[in-house]
Amino acid sequence: MEKLFSHPSSLRDVVTHYCPGCGHGIVHRLIAEVVDELEIREKVVAIAPVGCAVIAYDYWDFDCAEAAHGRAMAVATGIKRVRPETVVFTYQGDGDLAAIGTSETIHAANRGENITGIFVNNAVYGMTGGQMAPTTLIGQKTATTPHGREINLPGMHGYPLKISEMLAQLAAVRYVERVALFSPPEVNKAKKAIRLAFQNQIDNLGFSLIEVLSPCPTYWGMPPKKALDWTREVMAKEFTLGRIK
Amino acid sequence: MKEKKILITGNEAIGEGAIQAGCTFYAGYPITPQNELTAYMAKRMPQGKRIFIQAESEVAAINMVYGAATTGVRAMTSSSSPGVSLKQEGISYLAGAQLPAVIVNIMRGGPGLGNIAPSQSDYFQATKGGGHGDYRNIVLAPSSVQEAYDFMFLAFDLADKYRNPAVILGDGMLGQMMEPLIASHKSQVTSHKDKKKSWALTGCQGRKPNIIRSLLLGEGALEELNLTLQKKYQVIQKKEQLWEDLFLDDAGIILVAYGSMARIAKSIVRQLRKQRKKIGLIRPISLWPFPNKIFQGISAKLKKTKFLVIEMSYGQMVEDVRLAINGKFRVEFLGRAGGGIPAPQQIIRKINSMH
Repeated sequence: MEKLFSHPSSLRDVVTHYCPGCGHGIVHRLIAEVVDELEIREKVVAIAPVGCAVIAYDYWDFDCAEAAHGRAMAVATGIKRVRPETVVFTYQGDGDLAAIGTSETIHAANRGENITGIFVNNAVYGMTGGQMAPTTLIGQKTATTPHGREINLPGMHGYPLKISEMLAQLAAVRYVERVALFSPPEVNKAKKAIRLAFQNQIDNLGFSLIEVLSPCPTYWGMPPKKALDWTREVMAKEFTLGRIK
Repeated sequence: MKEKKILITGNEAIGEGAIQAGCTFYAGYPITPQNELTAYMAKRMPQGKRIFIQAESEVAAINMVYGAATTGVRAMTSSSSPGVSLKQEGISYLAGAQLPAVIVNIMRGGPGLGNIAPSQSDYFQATKGGGHGDYRNIVLAPSSVQEAYDFMFLAFDLADKYRNPAVILGDGMLGQMMEPLIASHKSQVTSHKDKKKSWALTGCQGRKPNIIRSLLLGEGALEELNLTLQKKYQVIQKKEQLWEDLFLDDAGIILVAYGSMARIAKSIVRQLRKQRKKIGLIRPISLWPFPNKIFQGISAKLKKTKFLVIEMSYGQMVEDVRLAINGKFRVEFLGRAGGGIPAPQQIIRKINSMH
C-alpha cells in the first residue's frame, strides 16, 4: 500500500519543549514539510530567534544559526549574500521581529534581500513570562500590562503594531501574507503561503514574509481550544488574514 | 621584481590589506574618522565576487558579519569608538559561537559622542572583553600605514586559527594619515582557503546539520564552553604575544607606548639616545594577548630601571604593564585624551623628572 502521509524528514523525531496548545510545533512542522516537498533540506540555513523557539535547531534537521535578539534579518543577510546558493529563512516572534529587531527587519526588507521570514505572532513575549509585545491587543492583560494594554495615559502602550502592512509598503518586498492556525483549513492555507515564500526565494524573486497568528494558551490564560477560538474571534479581527502584498 | 610603493591613508591600507587577505564580506556604517575605509570597501569589494553592504546601523553591520562568518568566509566590519560600543553585543556572540571575524576600531575621543580627534581610550573595551561574558578578543595595534595593511593578514589568520574575533585597534591619526605602502601578499597561513571549516553553515549536503550557537542550557554545558574558551585563550597568550623593543640592554628608563603614540615615543628614544641617554622602548603590538614575556624578561640586574607608560588615554594599558611587572620596577604614567596628545616636550620633561 502506498504511504500517503508521514513524519517530515526535516523534522527530528523528538519531543518538543513547547507548552500544550502552543502554535510553534505546528509552524515548525509546516516549514519541515515545505522544505521536504521543495527538496531543499541540504540547501537550507535557518536563523533561530531569541524567544520560545530559540532551540528550533533541536527540532529541525538542517543547518541553523542562532542570532542575537532581533538581529535575525541582519544575520540572514550576511549568509545569503555570501552563499546565494543556500535557502535562508528567519523564524522570529513578535518581540524579536517587530520590537527589538524592527530596524533590521525593515531594512532587510527594503533592500529586497532574497530571504524568507516566518513571523510567529502570538501577541506576547513567551519565553520571558508573558509580557506585552508590540502586537498585544488593546485591553489584553499581560505581565507588564496588568490592567490591559491601553492607548491613553497612564499606560500609553500604543496600538498593536502591524509590521506586515508596514513592510508591504516597501518597493523591494515581493510577498507578504498573514495566516492563522485556528482550524485545519487555515493550517493548510498557512502551509501554502510558507511554500510560496520559499519558492519565491528559490526563484530569486526577493523578500517574502509570512505572519502566522499563533496561540499561546499559557500566557493568554486560556485552555488550548479557547486559545484557538480567541485567535479566530479576537486576534484575526485586529490582524486581518490574507495576502497583504 | 621591484616592489611598488603607493601613497595611501591608513584607513585605505586596512581596506586593501583585508581584500588581499581574502576578505569576502564587509558591512559598515558611516562614522568619522574611519569613513575612508568604508568608502574604499564600497569601491573595491564589488570588484570580484566580494560583498559590500552599508548597513542601517553598527548593530546590523556586526550581525551581518556574524552571518557571513557562520558560512566560513572571511568577514569584517569597521567603525570608530561610539560605533564599536554598539557592536559589543555582536562581538560577544561571535566569541560565544566561536566565529572568526575582524573588527577594526579607528578610535576617537570619548566618552559619549566625544569628538573626532585621535584617542586610545577604548583599550579596556577591546582587550578586556567589551561585551558581556568571559571572553577575549585578539587585539593588534598597528603604528604605521604599512602595519595597518600587514596586520590585516595576521588578524584574519589568527581569527581563523583560533575561531575568535580579532580587533585592529588604531586611532584617527593612523586612519587619516598618508604614508608610502608596499602592498605585498604575506599571509602567514599559506592559504586560508585550504583550511576546511567543517563547522560552517553551507547547507547540510553530505553531512549532518551544523549548528552555530552560544545558548547552552543543559546542565554544565555553558561551563564546558567557558572552559574550552579559557583553554584557547591560554594557548593564544602563550603563542601570540607580539611586541617591538629598542635599547633595553642598558636602559635606565623604558618608555611603553602602542599605536600612534609609539611613533612619538620612538622618535624621543632615538633623539635622547643621540644625547647618550640610557633610554629604551617597548611597543606592545598584540594588546591582547599582552606581551608579558618582554616585561618579565627584563633583567633583574637593571633593578633601578623605571618605566614610563604613555597613552592617549588617562591610563588603560598602564594597568597591564603594572600587572606584567608585578612590582619589580617603578612604573609611571603620562596620558592625555579627549583630543589631547602627549607632546614630545611634555614627555621629555617627564623623563627628566624621573632621573
